Amino acid sequence: MTAVAVEQPTLTAEGAPRRGLASRIVNRLGGGLVLVLLVAIAFIWLVPLFGLLVASLRPEANNASSGWWTVFTEPSQLTFQNYRNLFDNSTMVDAFFNTIYITVPATLLVVLIASLAGYAFAWLDFPGRDWLFLLVVGLLVVPIQVGLIPIARLYGDLGIFGSITGVVLFHVAFGLPFAIFLLRNYFAGIPRDLLEAARMDGGTEFTIFRRVIIPLGLPAIASLTIFQFLWVWNDLLVALIFADSKSQPLTVALQQQTRQFGANFDVLAPGAFVSLVVPLIVFFSFQRYFVQGVLAGSVK
Amino acid sequence: MTDKETAAPAAGDENPPPAGTAVTTPGAAGPVEPADGTSAPPKRKRGGRTRITERVISWPGLFFLLPALILLAVLVAWPIIYTVWRSFYGKEITNFVGLDNYRDMFTDDATLTAIKNNVIWVAVAPAVVTSLGLIFAVLTERIRWATAFKLLLFMPLAVSFLAVGVIFRFVYDQDPNIGVLNAALVGIHDIFKPPSEYTGARPRDAQAFVNQGGTYTTTDAFSPAQLVPLGLVGLPQNKVPSNAAPAATSVAGSGVHGVVWLDFAPGGQGTPNAVDPTEKGLPGVKVQAVQNGKVIESTETQDNGSFVFTDLTSGSYNLRLPSSNFAPPFNGATWLGPTLVTPSIIASYVWVWAGFAMVLIGAGLAAIPREALEAARVDGATEFQVFRRVTMPLLAPVLIVVLITLIINVLKIFDLIYIIAPGSTQPDANVLALQMYLTSFGGGNNQGLGSAIAVFLFVLVVPAMIFNVRRFRREQR
Repeated sequence: MTAVAVEQPTLTAEGAPRRGLASRIVNRLGGGLVLVLLVAIAFIWLVPLFGLLVASLRPEANNASSGWWTVFTEPSQLTFQNYRNLFDNSTMVDAFFNTIYITVPATLLVVLIASLAGYAFAWLDFPGRDWLFLLVVGLLVVPIQVGLIPIARLYGDLGIFGSITGVVLFHVAFGLPFAIFLLRNYFAGIPRDLLEAARMDGGTEFTIFRRVIIPLGLPAIASLTIFQFLWVWNDLLVALIFADSKSQPLTVALQQQTRQFGANFDVLAPGAFVSLVVPLIVFFSFQRYFVQGVLAGSVK
Repeated sequence: MTDKETAAPAAGDENPPPAGTAVTTPGAAGPVEPADGTSAPPKRKRGGRTRITERVISWPGLFFLLPALILLAVLVAWPIIYTVWRSFYGKEITNFVGLDNYRDMFTDDATLTAIKNNVIWVAVAPAVVTSLGLIFAVLTERIRWATAFKLLLFMPLAVSFLAVGVIFRFVYDQDPNIGVLNAALVGIHDIFKPPSEYTGARPRDAQAFVNQGGTYTTTDAFSPAQLVPLGLVGLPQNKVPSNAAPAATSVAGSGVHGVVWLDFAPGGQGTPNAVDPTEKGLPGVKVQAVQNGKVIESTETQDNGSFVFTDLTSGSYNLRLPSSNFAPPFNGATWLGPTLVTPSIIASYVWVWAGFAMVLIGAGLAAIPREALEAARVDGATEFQVFRRVTMPLLAPVLIVVLITLIINVLKIFDLIYIIAPGSTQPDANVLALQMYLTSFGGGNNQGLGSAIAVFLFVLVVPAMIFNVRRFRREQR
C-alpha cells in the first residue's frame, strides 16, 4: 500500500517537531512571517462566511445601500428581524422540516442496509460474492446524472414523483455503493476470533451482526452516518428534480429565492445561514468522524 | 484508486477493534490486524475464507444483501442501461434518432460552451486546490497551533454548495458598497490612485473646447496677458470640496494663468462664462499647457481655482483639462460578467476544497519516514533537493489521490454554477452537469439529449471506475 493508507489524517498536530522543508522555511522566513501568512489566509477563509452572518443580521435597507462591514462603525444596525421573518415564513419553515424528514430516513436507511450488506460481503459466503462486490466498487463513481431521467420516469409510473419518499430512496440508492464499500472494508478488519467465538456459542448470523459487528464497527458507522447526513442535508440537485413545492427541502426553497438575488437577500442570508449552521454544529461536535467521513467520501 | 485510498484512512485510521477482550482465544493465531489492514484486508483471504466456504454456503448472506441489491439494481444499475438506451431517442420517446443526440451535443453552442468550461474546470481547479493544499500543509506541518487553522480551512466542506453559492454571490457583488471583494479592491486602488474628485464635470462653454475621450483642450491659444476662464458645470454643489474658496478674479504671477471654477451660482443668477462673487473655485484640478499638440507644462489649481504656469512667460498655449480630472471612480471588477464568471466560481470552489487537500497532504507528509530525509541530508543534499528528490516522490501517491478525487468531483460540478452565475451570464459559465439538468428538466425538455450528456459524463468517469475495480482485484490476490 501507499503511504496514504497508513497515515493518520487528524487535524491535531502530532509527534515531535520534524526537521523538514517546512521547518527550514520557518527558520529562514522567521516564525513571525509564517504566522502573519497563516493569519492572512485564515482571514480570507473566514471573511466570506462572516459577511453572510453579519448581512443576515442587518435590515434589508442597509444591505442594499452599504456594506456589511459598516457594522463595525454602526453596530446599532444589528437586528434579528430577518430571522423573525424567516421563522414566520411558512414556506421556509416547512422546507426546513422537509430537510429533516428527508435527511434522517435517508441516513438511517443507508447505514442499516449498508451494514447488513457490508457484513455479508466481509464475513459470509455465497455464490457470486466477490463478483458482486466488484460491481459495487464499480458503481462508486457513477455520476447521479445517469440516474435522473430514468428514475424520474420510474417515479412517475409509481406515483411517487414529487414525494419525500422518492427523494429519500434516490439518496439511499446512490449512497449505498460507497457506504457498503466503507463498511465492508472496516468489518473485514474485525478479528476473526471474535466472530468464531460468537458462532461457537450458537449465535445466529443476525446475533453476530448485532452483538459483534455493530459494536466493533461503530467508528466506521459513525463516519458513514455523518458523511451521509451531510451529503443529503446539503443536496440541491436531487431535490430540485424529485421534490415538489410541498416536499421541497431548504436548499430548493432557497434556490428559488436566488433568481432575484439582491431583492431577496433578507430571506437568502438568514436562510442560508440556518441551512449551514446545522452542518457546522455536526462538524464541530464530531470533528474526528467528520474529517474521516469527508475524506473517505469525497469521491462521490 | 481514489475511493480506495481516500476511503482507506477513514476505516484504517480508527483504532483496531478491541481484540484483547475476554472472548479472544488465548494466543490468538490470527495475525494482529494492523491499523491500515482494513484497506487491504489480507486476513480474511488468508485463513478464514476457505474455512467458511467449506462449511456452508450462507443463504443468510443473500438475505443480508437483498435490500441493498434490490435498491442498487433498480435505482442505480438499471438507470445506467436505460439512460444509454434513452440517449438514442429524441425528445419524444418513440422517436428513434440513432446517434443524432451525440452529434447535436458536439455541435450545439450551449453544450460546446459547457464542454469547454468543464475542460477549464478540470484543468484548473484540481491543480490549484492541490497546490494550495500542498503549500498549506508544508506551512503548517510542524506548527502546533495550526490545528485551529486546519479546522477553519476544513470547515467549508460541511457547508452546502447552495450556501457557498449564496456567500460568494454576495462576495462578488459588483457594487463596492455591497460586495466585499470589490470594496477591498477599490480601497487598495484608491490608496495608490486617488479617485478623481470631479466625476462627470464638463466645461460650460463646450464650443470653446475640443473633447478627446474626456480630455478637454481649448480651441484658442492663450498668452500670459490674460486670465483664462475655464468654467465647469455638471458638478453637484455637494461635490465641491470643502476647502474650495470663492473663485479668483485675478491671479498673481507672470506666466500663463487662469481660473477653474464651478460656473454655476445657486438660483441661476450667475453670468455664464464669467466669475460671479458667489461661485467657488475648484481646487486640485490638473491643467496642462499645450503647444503644437505637446504638453509643455502641467500644474494644479489652488483653493480658489487659480493656476499659473510660472515658466511660460511668453508665447501662446492651448490649455488642456486631462480626462483624469473627470474620470468615473474605479468600481472594481465585474466578477460575474461573461469573462470572469468561471474563474470566480472556480475560486469559490477552491475556498471549499483547499482544506481537504491540505489535510490529506499533511497526513502524507507526516507519514514520510524521517530516516529517508535525514539520509539524504547526510549525503549532502540541499533542502530543496531533499524536497524535490525525496519528499515529492514519496508524496506523489497522495497528490495523485487528491488530484483524481478532485477531477471526478469537478466533472460533476453543478450547484455552485447554478447558484453563483446570474441569469445573464449563466450561459457563459455553463458546465455539463448544469446543461444536463437544463436540457432535461429545467426548460429544455429534451430528455434524449439530456441522456446523451449524462452518458458522456458517465464515460468520462469510466477510467476511474476501471482503475478502482482493477486495483481492488489486485489487492484481493
